Amino acid sequence: MAVDIKNPVVDNIDSSLFEKLPEEEKNSEFIALDIKTFFRDSWDRYKKNKLALIGLIFLTIMVLGSIFVPIFSPYDFESQDLVNKNQLPSAQHWMGTDKLGRDIFVRIMYGGRISFAIAFSTAFICLVIGILYGGIAGYVGGRVDMVMMRIVDILDSVPTLLYVILILLIFGDSIGSMMLAICFTSWIGMARQVRAQIQSAKEMEYALAAKVLGASHLRILLKHLVINSISPIIVNLTLMVPSAIFTESFLSFVGIGLNPSIPSWGKLANDCRSLFFTYPIQIIWLVTTMSLTILSLNFIGDGIGEAFQAKKR
Amino acid sequence: MARYIAKRLIVGAFTLVILVTIVFFGMRMMPGSPFAQENKSKSAEQMAMLNEKYGLDKPVTEQFAIYVKNVLHGDFGESLSKKGQQVSDIIATRMPVTAKLGLIAFVFAMGMGIFLGIVSALTRHRWINSAITVMATIGVSVPGFLLAMLMMVLFSVYLGWLPVVGLDTPASYIMPVLALSFSPISTIARLTRSSLRDVMFSDYITLARSKGTKESVIVVKHALKNAILPIVTYAGPMFAGMITGSLVIETLFSIPGIGKEFTNSISNRDYTLTMGLTILLGTLVIVMTLVSDVVAAIIDPRIKVEK
Repeated sequence: MAVDIKNPVVDNIDSSLFEKLPEEEKNSEFIALDIKTFFRDSWDRYKKNKLALIGLIFLTIMVLGSIFVPIFSPYDFESQDLVNKNQLPSAQHWMGTDKLGRDIFVRIMYGGRISFAIAFSTAFICLVIGILYGGIAGYVGGRVDMVMMRIVDILDSVPTLLYVILILLIFGDSIGSMMLAICFTSWIGMARQVRAQIQSAKEMEYALAAKVLGASHLRILLKHLVINSISPIIVNLTLMVPSAIFTESFLSFVGIGLNPSIPSWGKLANDCRSLFFTYPIQIIWLVTTMSLTILSLNFIGDGIGEAFQAKKR
Repeated sequence: MARYIAKRLIVGAFTLVILVTIVFFGMRMMPGSPFAQENKSKSAEQMAMLNEKYGLDKPVTEQFAIYVKNVLHGDFGESLSKKGQQVSDIIATRMPVTAKLGLIAFVFAMGMGIFLGIVSALTRHRWINSAITVMATIGVSVPGFLLAMLMMVLFSVYLGWLPVVGLDTPASYIMPVLALSFSPISTIARLTRSSLRDVMFSDYITLARSKGTKESVIVVKHALKNAILPIVTYAGPMFAGMITGSLVIETLFSIPGIGKEFTNSISNRDYTLTMGLTILLGTLVIVMTLVSDVVAAIIDPRIKVEK
């Protein structure tokens, strides 16, 4: 039974005092902000860091250039042209030519290809080894952890340079052995970091929850613990790339790195050494390109680090 | 403390043994022979005699046993590429060159780094701070040999102020020292700035201020004492790094030191010299790291040494 309630106050209000709510105000209580994923949120913060953005743009140009310039340029990195040697920059040769008439721009880009290939692949290999080694040490803990970490300590107390030189000598001076040599010690920092992260993460409730739900140890480790400690891992990863580029160029420069027929940046720098007084411009091209690339990589690393860290606060 | 040092020394010795073993067998696995030069001019019999004289005809494991025994008696053997010269003599003549350069770079890096760190922690001018930050960023990321090459182009080629090679005059020390110390200066400046900023806000600094102590005395006598700790921990590995880093700087500036000798000995397959230098560099790194850890524990009793 419907009860017709008469309200003297409401009934006496003139309806002309009211107006309809405009359509656009109906949703004013609605949360207008997009729901952001973790990476989207970090990217928004990263974009605000001007240096990191410039670094990213420069690096993208360099990577694309090192892939495409040697393909599309009319010159290749090794054909000699003794008539046009040691030329200054011109429309034909943007950075001039070297002592054997080879186009410097193409050579630097080709060298970048080698450096990037070595740096990105070693960083990836170290990431995998570091996550597995550090993850297992941190997750299992106890005696296993103790033994694994002592091994790492001993490996770490020897100067990296000695290992690298030794491996290059034993396995020859190919790109593969350079990657092995750089990987041999670079994964250690990653492993330590992952271990520390996993140690604290495995005490969290969600790890226990996953365990109660019957997830396997490997699944808990990789799918839950590692994913939740991903920010410091990525920061570590980005800083590994410039240090790999540095190690390669350093060794090839001293003459105990890659085979001299491979025009990596270190080798190019070594070639320039005899030209100090005659053609210093050739040195400046190379040194500027290398410095800017390494600087960009460091800016990117710092930028990513800050973008992730703000999330934690 | 004594137990801690003893334990670290044992671990260090163990590391050295492993290092020596790896390098010894690694060198033998390398293609090439130390007598590649002689091989062209001498007969097979003479080569056999040469190998016998240096004990290279024996099985590798036996060579290793002999080598270890000799090293423990302080005998590092004779260089294979420089006939008649003892490895220890070569080290004795080359080491002072590298050590002098390394020490100058070390002192310069410490002084300059701490100074810049203090300035940038305390300055009220923003531009000084940003200038130091820019310098430190470049120093940390750009490799020393690239900076050295840029300096050579600028100061030697275009301006003609500084000599390019050798260490004959005091002026020729400027560029190698700068190249070696630029990155450490940046790191030290960063460390000093961040730790000094933390310390300057602590209660005892406020107390010192309220007593009317002069600001300069507060910084140097009170704050710096506590802020110096991370730098002490960094200093040992840094010095070792400067000695190994001299590898590339010595090649670049044609300085006859340990680093240049090391790269040459590897390309010449000079087994004994490479071994001797490896032991030297390895020991240096291990001892330096230990020294700075112990010093840090002595000056700051809050650090509990690992059991």
